[in-house]
Amino acid sequence: MAEQLLEVRNLKVSFRTEDGVVRAVDGVSFTVSEGETLGIVGESGSGKSVTMMSVMRLIIDPNATFEGEVIYKGRDLMSVNQAELRQVRGSEIAMIFQDPMTSLNPVYRVGWQISEQIRAHEHVSKHGARARAIELLQAVGIPHPAERVDDFPHQFSGGMRQRVMIAMALSCSPSLLIADEPTTALDVTIQAQILELIRKLKDEFGSAVVLITHDMGVVADVADRVAVMYAGRIVEMGSKHDVFYDAEHPYTWGLLGSIARIDRPKPRRLTAIRGLPPSLINLPSGCAFGPRCPQRFEMCDQVPELAPRAAFDHTDACHLDPTIKRSRRDLTIHPELVEGTNEQSA
Amino acid sequence: MAIALTESAEPPAQVPEDLLLEVSGRSPWALAGRRLWRNRIAMAALGLFLLIIALSLAAPLYAHDVAKVNPFANNLSGTTVIDGHRVPLMQQGGGVLKLGETPIGPTWHLTNYFLGADQQGRDVMARLLYGGRSSLEIGVGSAVICCVIATVIALIAGYFGGVVDAVLSRLMDVIWAFPVFLLAISISTVLLTEANGLSIGPLHLVATSLWLPTLIIAFIYLPYVYRPIRGHVLSVSEKEFVQAGIAQGASDLRLIFSDILPNVVSVVIVLLPLMIATTILTESALSFLSIGVQPPNASWGTIISDGSDLLYTRPWVAIAPGIMIVLTVLSLNVLGDGVRDALDPRAKLRVEAG
Amino acid sequence: MLIFIVRRTLWTVLVLFTISVLVFVIFFKTPGVDPARQIAGRNPSPKVMAEIRHQFGLDRPFPVQYGLMMKKIFITHDLVSYSNQGTKVIPEIGAAAPATLSLVFGAAIIWVVMAILMGVAAAVLRGTVLDPILMIIALIGISMPVFWLGEVVNLVTQSRLHHTFLFSWVPPLGYTPFTQSPVLWFKGLIFPWITLSILYIGFYARVLRANLLEIQNEDYIRTARAKGLTERRVLFRHTLRNSMITFVSLFGLDFGVLVGGGALLTEVVFAIHGVGFLTYQSLTNLDLPVIMATVIYGAFFIVLANTLVDIAYAGLDPRVRPA
Repeated sequence: MAEQLLEVRNLKVSFRTEDGVVRAVDGVSFTVSEGETLGIVGESGSGKSVTMMSVMRLIIDPNATFEGEVIYKGRDLMSVNQAELRQVRGSEIAMIFQDPMTSLNPVYRVGWQISEQIRAHEHVSKHGARARAIELLQAVGIPHPAERVDDFPHQFSGGMRQRVMIAMALSCSPSLLIADEPTTALDVTIQAQILELIRKLKDEFGSAVVLITHDMGVVADVADRVAVMYAGRIVEMGSKHDVFYDAEHPYTWGLLGSIARIDRPKPRRLTAIRGLPPSLINLPSGCAFGPRCPQRFEMCDQVPELAPRAAFDHTDACHLDPTIKRSRRDLTIHPELVEGTNEQSA
Repeated sequence: MAIALTESAEPPAQVPEDLLLEVSGRSPWALAGRRLWRNRIAMAALGLFLLIIALSLAAPLYAHDVAKVNPFANNLSGTTVIDGHRVPLMQQGGGVLKLGETPIGPTWHLTNYFLGADQQGRDVMARLLYGGRSSLEIGVGSAVICCVIATVIALIAGYFGGVVDAVLSRLMDVIWAFPVFLLAISISTVLLTEANGLSIGPLHLVATSLWLPTLIIAFIYLPYVYRPIRGHVLSVSEKEFVQAGIAQGASDLRLIFSDILPNVVSVVIVLLPLMIATTILTESALSFLSIGVQPPNASWGTIISDGSDLLYTRPWVAIAPGIMIVLTVLSLNVLGDGVRDALDPRAKLRVEAG
Repeated sequence: MLIFIVRRTLWTVLVLFTISVLVFVIFFKTPGVDPARQIAGRNPSPKVMAEIRHQFGLDRPFPVQYGLMMKKIFITHDLVSYSNQGTKVIPEIGAAAPATLSLVFGAAIIWVVMAILMGVAAAVLRGTVLDPILMIIALIGISMPVFWLGEVVNLVTQSRLHHTFLFSWVPPLGYTPFTQSPVLWFKGLIFPWITLSILYIGFYARVLRANLLEIQNEDYIRTARAKGLTERRVLFRHTLRNSMITFVSLFGLDFGVLVGGGALLTEVVFAIHGVGFLTYQSLTNLDLPVIMATVIYGAFFIVLANTLVDIAYAGLDPRVRPA
């Protein structure tokens, strides 16, 4: 049984704005074990980025308030002092971001930026750090690393830049790598390469990975476990197999149903989730997905707890009785396979 | 001095943009107006500026009805009553050898040479208010003219592009290359030394007309307003809604006025208070050097110049107009900041402290 | 890189040429203005007027006049000031330059240091009461006409409080060359330095603060923090370093303007006989040759400063370097 690396307990993050308090993260709890890959899926505004940035306390906004605990290797990162936090950042937990163009400092050479991270955490000479940087660039697949180590970020293409970021993030062999939509800003052909790279390196370095994305395809590729977020809360969490083949929450059904499949016999209209995501200032009472949920019934006026209903490690936040879920799910995700139905979305 | 066109608005909080899904039904102008209204400091600054304008416009009222003086006529042998005694305006015992004359100092009575008299025996307070009129007329006038002309040129250059843009931009570059203050000095010197003023065909401007400094100052700042507006026009022109308009067959004029201009106006509105502040300072400097406002007109700059000879004996003559300039320019700068913050589209992400 | 320098040099020459033509046009060709009379100064005799017309070729074609003018200024250096008993202009400017350079360099050092201190302090102390206080001070700084501020400073240091220990050491207004007496040179320049720099401290502190705050929201600063760097290192090596791009370019432009005679108001008020003062004198005397020469000299320095700023910009921001 792998060690538990990170445990997030009831994390809440709110921002005061001109129009009211935005509840970006509204009570999120999950764990990450050594070496495992957790995929966090959700649309824009679901709070997935804010969650992981709060884990590293990278949100330095005076209007933000935080609640809850983030236990990493026994310490609550929410309450450690700045020196301990700095020690964790970059060497224990590393993060790569969505847009590699803006995430690298444009005025310093990439070798220098990688060396800076190494020398911030380890007693290495400039020469030694530079040599390590070249090795890392090679490991992430950048050709002619010994020359390119002295190039500036703008001299790399988008995919190459993301590789540089990955190299930098892994430079101190972190136990946990957080990847915030690492492929969203890249071409589709490059996406596959980057995901492959992450998969290969996490095995080499032995890191756990938290991969944030809005793309179910990316999650299907790389993750071991999946958490689905909606309106600041986790609505479903389980192994990849469980979430994809045994989804328990209507929102997940909607996400899965909206994927075009080439292996199905009949062409059909994609299932769309009607309505708009809720305002995070005025969250609906009860289940946050309620107003858009085709399965909504009276119990949905109460906030559903995230609890294991189907299996012990597959949790969901839906009041629906598990026994009637199966037929409803099939109707939503692949109506064309259900006997005797017309071309209607559920 | 480099114009503050690179200053950016108060940056937003770190709330990721996609979290703000609130859709309020008001137009961006109404939102900006509401934000500006709620900015108490900016409103106070606006109030101060309007007060100064009101005082300056009241100059004739003050001169005729309150102080009962003619601020433009020499009054070397005049007298006035202080504490019941009739005293001459020019006192004996001025200068290094104590053989010259010194005007009276401030009496601190509003009706009676409040700030004292200057070397010509004129009421400084009344001249201060009249000077304010000139300074504000020139300041506001030149800023407005400059912004309007620069916007028109920028719209044409940015929209039509190509040769038109190249020619206009090069023209602006030539003006820009010339050090702004030296340009003002050069033109002013040449135009103002001719006693007959400027005559171009049917147009005739006398040297004492306030139009000369106004036009000169408007001219020298054209490139400073032109550049940012043109940049904005270019970026707006490339946006899809303009392309859509072209696809619909809208005429050039229509596109410029109904699609591009409204989006560019916000840049101009932010620039305007800052430009007025700049033009007021420029005018005062030119007038101080005697190549701005010409006698018999007065402006705050000319009064400071008058007062520099009296600096050690009657300092108020030089200090008072300076204070007026500081207050006016300060209020404009604060207002300009407030307007810029109000029009910042990312302003939704900010909150008042506390 | 070489091509870059060559191209910039050619561009500089072109701009200077344009400016010189513009100056020429303004002073010689403005409709309704007679340049001969302007050059001759006050109450010219017909003989002087005729000599001027001949010397400057006023009855010859436009390009010839321009050529003659430029020759006088740049080659033969025999541009003569008629109002000032025939003093040669170019050497006069040369003699006045050290005063201007002393004034501007000293003020620049003060303003850069103070602006960085204030700007960084305001950005770091954001949220406390010190931030708005610093910014209000900066705002007042840019709202004061520099010549008026100079007068007020003089009032205090030369007159009202001159007898106190605070200011009794302040020498009378004027410039003492460094070679003559370093101590007096320094004492006589302190208050001009302070006066001139207040305006620029205010402006640059505000620009720097706004720039710092904007950069702090950039993604690469977030990355720097995520790397585990100390806040101080993030502030200086990343945030401030990137804000220097804008700061230095603006500084270069302003510095160039000042060296080119833009400090004339300060020079006039403090009686420092620099190039700006010369410009002013020539204005009051309507000494056209001197005005033209100082304007062209000023323009030259500004264009030079622009070019140096472009080179410095490329040094600071690798993205604009030619590949």
